[in-house]
Amino acid sequence: MKSLQELQAIRDKMKANISTTRDNADAKVRVVVGMATCGIAAGARPVLNAFNEEIAKRGVEGVMVGQTGCIGICQYEPVAEVFEGDTKTTYVKLTPEKVEKIVVEHLIGKTPVTEFTIGAIQK
Amino acid sequence: MFRSHIMVCGGTGCTSSGSKKIIEAFNKEIAAAGINEEVKVIQTGCFGLCALGPIVVVYPEGIFYSMVEEKDVKEIVEEHLVKGRPVTRLIYDETVQGETITSLNDTRFYKKQQRIALRNCGRIDPDNIEEYIAYDGYAALGKALTEMTPDEVIKCVLDSGLRGRGGGGFPTGRKWALGAMNHADQKYVACNADEGDPGAFMDRSILEGDPHAVIEAMAIAGYAIGATKGFVYIRAEYPIAVERLQRAIDQAREYGLLGKNIFGTDFEFDMEIKLGAGAFVCGEETALINSIEGNRGEPKPRPPFPAQKGIFGKPTVLNNVETYANIPQIILNGPEFLNTIGTEKSKGTKVFALGGKINNTGLVEVPMGTTLRTVVEEIGGGIPNGGTFKAAQTGGPSGGCIPASLIDTPIDYDNLVAIGSMMGSGGLIVMDETTCMVDIAKFFLEFTVEESCGKCTPCRVGTKRLLELLDKITSGNGELEDLDKIEKLCNFIKEDSQCGLGQCAPNPVLSTLKYFRDEYVAHVVDKKCPAGVCKDLMQYKIVADKCKGCTACKRACPVGAISGNVKEPHVIDQAKCIKCGACVATCKFGAIIKE
Ligand SMILES: Cc1cc2nc3c(=O)[nH]c(=O)nc-3n(C[C@H](O)[C@H](O)[C@H](O)COP(=O)(O)O)c2cc1C
Ligand code: SF4
Ligand code: SF4
Repeated sequence: MKSLQELQAIRDKMKANISTTRDNADAKVRVVVGMATCGIAAGARPVLNAFNEEIAKRGVEGVMVGQTGCIGICQYEPVAEVFEGDTKTTYVKLTPEKVEKIVVEHLIGKTPVTEFTIGAIQK
Repeated sequence: MFRSHIMVCGGTGCTSSGSKKIIEAFNKEIAAAGINEEVKVIQTGCFGLCALGPIVVVYPEGIFYSMVEEKDVKEIVEEHLVKGRPVTRLIYDETVQGETITSLNDTRFYKKQQRIALRNCGRIDPDNIEEYIAYDGYAALGKALTEMTPDEVIKCVLDSGLRGRGGGGFPTGRKWALGAMNHADQKYVACNADEGDPGAFMDRSILEGDPHAVIEAMAIAGYAIGATKGFVYIRAEYPIAVERLQRAIDQAREYGLLGKNIFGTDFEFDMEIKLGAGAFVCGEETALINSIEGNRGEPKPRPPFPAQKGIFGKPTVLNNVETYANIPQIILNGPEFLNTIGTEKSKGTKVFALGGKINNTGLVEVPMGTTLRTVVEEIGGGIPNGGTFKAAQTGGPSGGCIPASLIDTPIDYDNLVAIGSMMGSGGLIVMDETTCMVDIAKFFLEFTVEESCGKCTPCRVGTKRLLELLDKITSGNGELEDLDKIEKLCNFIKEDSQCGLGQCAPNPVLSTLKYFRDEYVAHVVDKKCPAGVCKDLMQYKIVADKCKGCTACKRACPVGAISGNVKEPHVIDQAKCIKCGACVATCKFGAIIKE
């Protein structure tokens, strides 16, 4: 180890890799992706991975990315719900590209991406 | 990037209950489910709730699975990891409320704990230096070497109020200052991982769960006092700890965190492990130094103190594992990090190995000043089978007992000494009304008689005579004047033994005599053991009125001590009875009593 900067570089790289997954069990903001058979078939897995990667890449803290069973709206899968205190935003028909926008605008920018929500689709 | 981490406890406790097999099973099932690039299995250190091992925690949700068996793994993988439905029946029941899963930090076991020394245990993979670095590992060493002078490091430790966790409670900063003051061509830093107290496993768990914290702290100590070489003295009976520590040392060398020019400075430091054979006396600092030098592990008179003349006659700073585990956090966050926690004269936290008659046996870390009641009733989850708390023993064979009347005593160094016990290294054994206090005193004394190195007479012969007196009492041959004899002998051993082993050996006897004299008197005068433990002083009897003559007990008795005809009251022949208690459980009518 030659310098503090070198140590810091390892720290940042590792932290991004593990902290998102391991340190947010009690996080206030929770993203859950529906991962029942219907969700998985519709492509929920890449969506879940995209949430993790975008969050780690952008260093977003205090967000837990988890998974849940069937949310009950199978025709709209892949589905993800974002919980913040009492409010819930349900995003539907997700793709990794949509996830990037949600991370940037909603999780970082605090403004839900209305166009991807269930409300917008059902109209 | 893994979306889920499965942390499996790889401490000695969970390993012996099969955690290695569980790890293998997880890897197999995860591969079978095709999610091995999304989910990672990590072997970590002790979570503390050893009574419920093997423990598996699944992140990101932090779901705490307890008593997991190999056959449960498939279900966890298929349900939880593939479909996102946690397997409720395996979750620690305190974290399940109906449909919702509550935070582990809100459970009675964890709520009042504060993990400093154990902070990385259960959180990181101890075999991966980069995980340690991710949680600020080696940043304290970097800070000390590049931003602080050795004197500033010592001052920071001194101001933090940290006292030695190995038993004595000597201020660590003061010890380091003494080490720095004594000039020599070579100095040493040493770590005491002998951990000889029966039932104690705090130091083992730290080394198993967070070995780099100790390495980092020793390097910081080396910088502070001007030493370039460290030794960790650890008992060979701790194979997992030895293995992980060695791997950690190798990794630290590989990353240039041990060796020359650390952080581009001209500071160099390296260390090696010295295995001990596991004698209790080798935990005493001068005996430990003898043993490291390759001599017999016998204590030497002090002074000179190790800080003056230690290993190979050179100034040596010796600290306990847990003491070191506090250091990186103090250097990184400043003295206030520690001195704002605890009581006036005992700062920070203390790790205890909770054992005996308590539900949550395991490892707990609480702020100094936490009451014994909190530890026993809340964190420990109370006494099993509806028993009542009678006393707790701290300080192991050198300590004493704390009776129920003092359960609200805030635990710190000075309070424990004031009530006739001591902090010791952190063993905490809980006793209920089925424990005989004379028997407990005898248990610890047998240990010291066995472990006395034999160098000085008061300890070698005195403890033996003391044990004989206790034997006399528990076998029903004691006389009242024996109690005075015991007290005199105790004081003599205390005053005239050379090292701490002998000086403290009478403590368990003195403290039980102080708080439970009645119990001694019952043994001596009434020839009764109130707890029904001392076999020579109790009998099994059949109450004729209650006995239906079912013959169940007669058949259960292994030595044929019970006789009687069908439908007539049975009797136990006391001459034949070996007091095994086998008959008691067989009687459906509660006719067999112990008195
Ligand atoms: C009989 C005896 C056994 C001891 N065993 C240990 C031990 O197992 N671990 C330990 O750290 N200190 C033990 N000590 C205390 C050490 O002598 C020494 O005080 C301690 O390691 C210093 O470290 P500290 O200041 O960080 O507590 C023992 C002392 C005596 C008298
Ligand atoms: S007090 Fe006991 S253990 Fe210590 S030196 Fe004397 S004989 Fe040995
Ligand atoms: S088991 Fe109980 S009731 Fe039956 S013979 Fe023995 S003492 Fe009597």
